[in-house]
Amino acid sequence: MLGVLVNPVAGMGGRVALHGTDGVWADRARERGAVPRAARRAGQVLAQIARSAPGTTVLAAAGEMGADPARAAGLTVEEVPRAGTGPTTARDTQEAARCMRDQGVELLLFAGGDGTARDVLAAVGTDVPVLGVPCGVKMHSAVFATTPRAAGALAARFLAAPGLPVAEREVVDVDPLSGSPVLHGSALVPHAADRLQRSKAGSAQDDDAALDALCRQLAGSLEPDRLYLVGPGTTTGRLLRALGLDGSLRGVDAVRGGRLVGRDLTERELLGLLAARGPASLFLGVVGGQGFLLGRGNQQLSAEVLRLVGDDVVILAGASKLAALDPPVLHVDLDDDAGPGTPLAGYRRVLTAPGTSTVLRVAG
Amino acid sequence: MSEQLRRYHAAVWDEPLVMEMGAPGRRGTRIPDTEPGIAQTVGPAEDLVPRGMRRAAPPALPELTEPEVQRHYLHLSQQTMGMMGISLFGTCTMKYNPQLGEQVVARPEVAEVHPHQHESTMQGLLQVVHDFDLVLRELSGMDRFVFQAGGGADAAYLHACLTRAYHASRGELGQRTEIITTAQAHPCNPATAAAAGFDVITLPLEGDGYPSVAALEAALSDRTAALMVNNPDDMGIYNPHIKRWVELVHEAGGLCFYDHANFNGVMTRIRAADLGFDACMFMLHKTFGVAKGGGGPAVGAYGCTAELERFLPGPLVTRDEEGYHLVEQGPEGVGRVREFLGNVPQVVRAYAWARAMGAAGMREAADISVLANNYMEQRLLRIPGVTKSQPHLTERRLEMTRYSLGELTERTGVTAHDVQNRMVDFGIDAFWLSHEPWIVPEPFTPEAGEMWSKEDLDYWMDVLAHVCDEAHRDPDLVRTAPHRQVIGQLDGSALDDPERWATTWRAHRRKRPAAG
Repeated sequence: MLGVLVNPVAGMGGRVALHGTDGVWADRARERGAVPRAARRAGQVLAQIARSAPGTTVLAAAGEMGADPARAAGLTVEEVPRAGTGPTTARDTQEAARCMRDQGVELLLFAGGDGTARDVLAAVGTDVPVLGVPCGVKMHSAVFATTPRAAGALAARFLAAPGLPVAEREVVDVDPLSGSPVLHGSALVPHAADRLQRSKAGSAQDDDAALDALCRQLAGSLEPDRLYLVGPGTTTGRLLRALGLDGSLRGVDAVRGGRLVGRDLTERELLGLLAARGPASLFLGVVGGQGFLLGRGNQQLSAEVLRLVGDDVVILAGASKLAALDPPVLHVDLDDDAGPGTPLAGYRRVLTAPGTSTVLRVAG
Repeated sequence: MSEQLRRYHAAVWDEPLVMEMGAPGRRGTRIPDTEPGIAQTVGPAEDLVPRGMRRAAPPALPELTEPEVQRHYLHLSQQTMGMMGISLFGTCTMKYNPQLGEQVVARPEVAEVHPHQHESTMQGLLQVVHDFDLVLRELSGMDRFVFQAGGGADAAYLHACLTRAYHASRGELGQRTEIITTAQAHPCNPATAAAAGFDVITLPLEGDGYPSVAALEAALSDRTAALMVNNPDDMGIYNPHIKRWVELVHEAGGLCFYDHANFNGVMTRIRAADLGFDACMFMLHKTFGVAKGGGGPAVGAYGCTAELERFLPGPLVTRDEEGYHLVEQGPEGVGRVREFLGNVPQVVRAYAWARAMGAAGMREAADISVLANNYMEQRLLRIPGVTKSQPHLTERRLEMTRYSLGELTERTGVTAHDVQNRMVDFGIDAFWLSHEPWIVPEPFTPEAGEMWSKEDLDYWMDVLAHVCDEAHRDPDLVRTAPHRQVIGQLDGSALDDPERWATTWRAHRRKRPAAG
């Protein structure tokens, strides 16, 4: 069964120049004259599913959070009751998502932005595959389809063949206070490749195996007395796993002599560690879909930290992830001015598997 | 448009496998019993087979009459889904294999030659091999070709082996560990480089449709062993900076290998050696009108400059005033990549093709293949849902263009695989999508070549337009195709499960006893 969850206020802030619609911002957006858009976009997806699989029953959150648009799209609806009243909240999203997981939905389709993705992740983790209908102002997470139409096609395909591959994709949200994107973890998303590709090449699976092999190789090549910094993300997380270490995944961790000597470090802590134990090597992943190397979810790796690390920056990314970057360019977006030039700018080697690499331009 | 399409339907025999047919005792030819006089003289027939070679139990072969066997093979031929219709299989240049070539190789001078015959008894055949080497030298500017490699990937592997031998001879093999290739070069280039023990650096396509010179420069170092590239690559785009690339690789100390898989559009227009390349490879089964054969019975003709000649595998065919000779490889040769001279009948067919075409014919064929591709591009881009890769580029593509059905998929949910499956319902062979990785969504890559008529190309495009229209009107019809073929959709879920796949009857019985 398909779970349907809509954050009715998602994306309202966009047109009225608010950069998100979390919490109090929804009221602010309404004051500025914003109109809800998530229900309309979700409705397109649901109508598409109704067309391709007539008679589909969905488990939808109550009222405008799913049941209303699903019924309007012509789907048969089982409703998840809502405890709260008044304007919908993050808590409503989380409770509905948990309930859908407990009732065994095969796919949880949610319409919203990064905040909604974060709530869904917090509720269900990797227990159930999820798929985002992009409705937010500016989404950093890699759990959204590119358009509502793409979401509809992918969801319909997944429901028709629930054995289709899933892949871990990052959930990233902007911190409302600092304005910085923060990595919140990874959710399971239906793999967007064509259904026949799995048997032929199995891109997502191939990336997993290739990266695990690469990380085992790298883990075996670390020098005992050197300091290694491991940036956030699932790709670099494989290196920590290969080392048998329980890293933070969301933050920057430090390894020396096969041990974790720092976990989820702040910029200040990193600078301290580098001053005491430098020089160091830095392992970085790439934010899928966007190609961010620095400045998304890893602001603790500041220009000053990078200056102290020096040139030994090892970039790891799956070949499929890189092939999906269009154009094939990596981005660095640091706040502090590092003097002349962006750190890492120019063409950089990116490792994709043991003995296999590519060269990508890091934009200044 | 649909009323013009053919009401095609493939043969569907719905009959058991040949292993399940027949009955005990059925035979094609009944051989009479041995007469007593003969049996007395030579002993029992089974004694003629040495004891150690006799089977303990007879093989489990089906027992059939001759007409049943004939019918079986006729039915199989009707159920072939390749090269039965119009086959525009891009990146792989599908050409007709002329009957003339078949007649030539059926002659006893080719068909009945034994590879251990003395060279003096097969001078004509050696002359064909030698002269075809000269043809390819003319087309490439290289100094020597060998025809041992049994396919394009085999020839690429030969180059990787030569690269090893070359750097070893200079004492640099330990240091030169990296081979550079591009994202849309044929996958055999990175694959064979890796198989030969090199690390592989793959350069991505950038804004101009090919990797930048700056990316190449960033990849080059004193670890560079070689560059292995196609040009044009599989997007159909020619990299105009290739001469500069070759210079840079040479400055870094690496060798340059030109994979001519996409030679069709540039035949007689460019020569690998003129661009500075050290070696190149032609696929006789693509460009030169010879049959393909699953990476075995094909030929990857590998040519190199005089500097690399001493590393070639022997035997080489040479000529002096007395005739043609087989010369074993020298001490630095990389060793055989295949038995004897390779698939010589294929060389004979390719020679026949090249002589029939002549230089002017090859040039005309190259021009037609580019013209036909650009004709197709004009029509295909008018079909709703079809776009081309890197649409911002205005340069003409050469013999093929990479297209995308991504828009169609977004609109209708119908994928390139679905469209491929549906087009075969109209007598069109399944089109080629793209090598991995897919850098445009839902790709397809038709290649018109020079042999398909305008009517064939128009029909192919009519069918694609019709199927794209169906995708909008009735997506399920397309998604569930094929409907008029020898077989419907296969369940591909077990293809990578060794516990379930079976490529022989014996394995089938072992792994799926319930299925019979």
